[in-house]
Amino acid sequence: MGLFAKYAPLAAQYRQLEEAGSNPFNVSFETVLSPTEAIIGGRATLLLGTNNYLGLTYDPAVIAKSVEAVELSGTGTTGSRIANGSYEGHRGLERALADFYGRRHGMVFSTGYQANLGILSALAGKDDHLILDADSHASIYDGARLGHAQVTRFRHNSPEDLANRLRRLKDVPGDKVIVVEGIYSMLGDTAPLKEFAAVKREYGAYLVVDEAHSLGVLGATGRGLAEEAGVEADVDFIVGTFSKSLGGVGGFCVADIEGFDILRVVSRPYMFTASLPPSVMAAALEALNQLRLRPALRHQLMSNARRLYNGLAALGFTVGPEPSPVVSTVMPDPETAFAFWSRLLSLGLYTNVSLPPATPKGLALLRSSVSAAHSTAQIDHAIGLFAEAGRELGLIPLSQAAARGDAYLAAAK
Amino acid sequence: MQDSGGDLQEIIFETLRGALKRPVELSERTHIVDDLGLDSVAVMDFVMELEDRLDVSVPLDRIAEIETLGDLVKALRELMARV
Ligand SMILES: Cc1ncc(COP(=O)(O)O)c(C=O)c1O
Repeated sequence: MGLFAKYAPLAAQYRQLEEAGSNPFNVSFETVLSPTEAIIGGRATLLLGTNNYLGLTYDPAVIAKSVEAVELSGTGTTGSRIANGSYEGHRGLERALADFYGRRHGMVFSTGYQANLGILSALAGKDDHLILDADSHASIYDGARLGHAQVTRFRHNSPEDLANRLRRLKDVPGDKVIVVEGIYSMLGDTAPLKEFAAVKREYGAYLVVDEAHSLGVLGATGRGLAEEAGVEADVDFIVGTFSKSLGGVGGFCVADIEGFDILRVVSRPYMFTASLPPSVMAAALEALNQLRLRPALRHQLMSNARRLYNGLAALGFTVGPEPSPVVSTVMPDPETAFAFWSRLLSLGLYTNVSLPPATPKGLALLRSSVSAAHSTAQIDHAIGLFAEAGRELGLIPLSQAAARGDAYLAAAK
Repeated sequence: MQDSGGDLQEIIFETLRGALKRPVELSERTHIVDDLGLDSVAVMDFVMELEDRLDVSVPLDRIAEIETLGDLVKALRELMARV
């Protein structure tokens, strides 16, 4: 036990979940059938927790491009771009991303996680300051730790607290870099980006927005929250991932800033890891194409999101502060979250459990995410299963009429 | 801002008593996690409240080093002396 003695309490909890036969952190999909269905534990299951926002994982055009690329250029690049060279796929994808965002520069990383590590660790040096939203994703915190800047965090979605922190740093030398997300992955709430942009301008800071969950979801052309809020000119760096709305894997950053390419020789998570394989890049490129060609996907996604959000709220569940493709319901405690999750799975519905410290305010969450690929019937079926399991476990009133249906988690805004 | 150690310590203890909502014996040697049973989220909240009250920002690497209330008083005193 020695080495792992420090994990004993966690290991005990994990074992308990395994023994109960339902561990949300160790689920096997025996066969994936489509963006919305898989076989889990021998039974056909409706998927409502995949982040597959546009449902592009089985898109025929995306698959065809990916197959073509693997046959043409091989299975892998067998090295990093600085040591072993870039393929046309890397450059082409970077150009396409820059073009999509209307910016001069694009850079791709092997995952979205690494994009945050690579950008945040490189942007802010030893004498600079990173100022993070307190509810930032682990990749943002880890990127901040990888670099040498002073790191502070401000209250989630609070422009006032951000302004306070920048004011305290006003006469302190060094650049200030603010980091926020478009849609927050735990409760589905969005950042007050217009207000953040105003604070950023007032104090002459730089602004990074991680649009991991908002690319292809928000904005008139799907560019994300910055586009939706009309503040793209104030956002210096956009970071994102191919692993959610684009249905693949990989991360990116786009920017207009002069001298951007120096990042390629100072960003360690870019330099010291193998670059994306051709098939993955071809898939991401075609998925981006589909995103641009088919705004209907985005509209279907939001319509599904509102249907699920309103449906669960009407049943009496406490949901996040606004409808979004991430729909979380607040559970009284982790044990209930596990029990509810497990009951839903046994009814044929796959969701996620999210627990502190990954969640804000120490909340235990039963998290769902919807896809453009869900049919209305599938969303309604899911709501029906939430009703059944929720009543069984005493989480919601027994009749719809008794539900208040207005239990929105207001505090996150 | 007032800088005598006693005042600062009193503000910190008072804020903590408010956050704990139960009577506790506090001293410089009180271990924040082990003795007070605060989890990482609660510690963050408590520190944020102090940051507001004292108008100071505590960098994350400093927070990570803090184990006892004495460590916290010392860290805040140093950070406030800088401005
Ligand atoms: C906000 C945010 N940023 C970055 C990531 C990392 O992306 P990836 O899983 O593609 O590495 C995620 C999701 O995992 C995320 O939610």
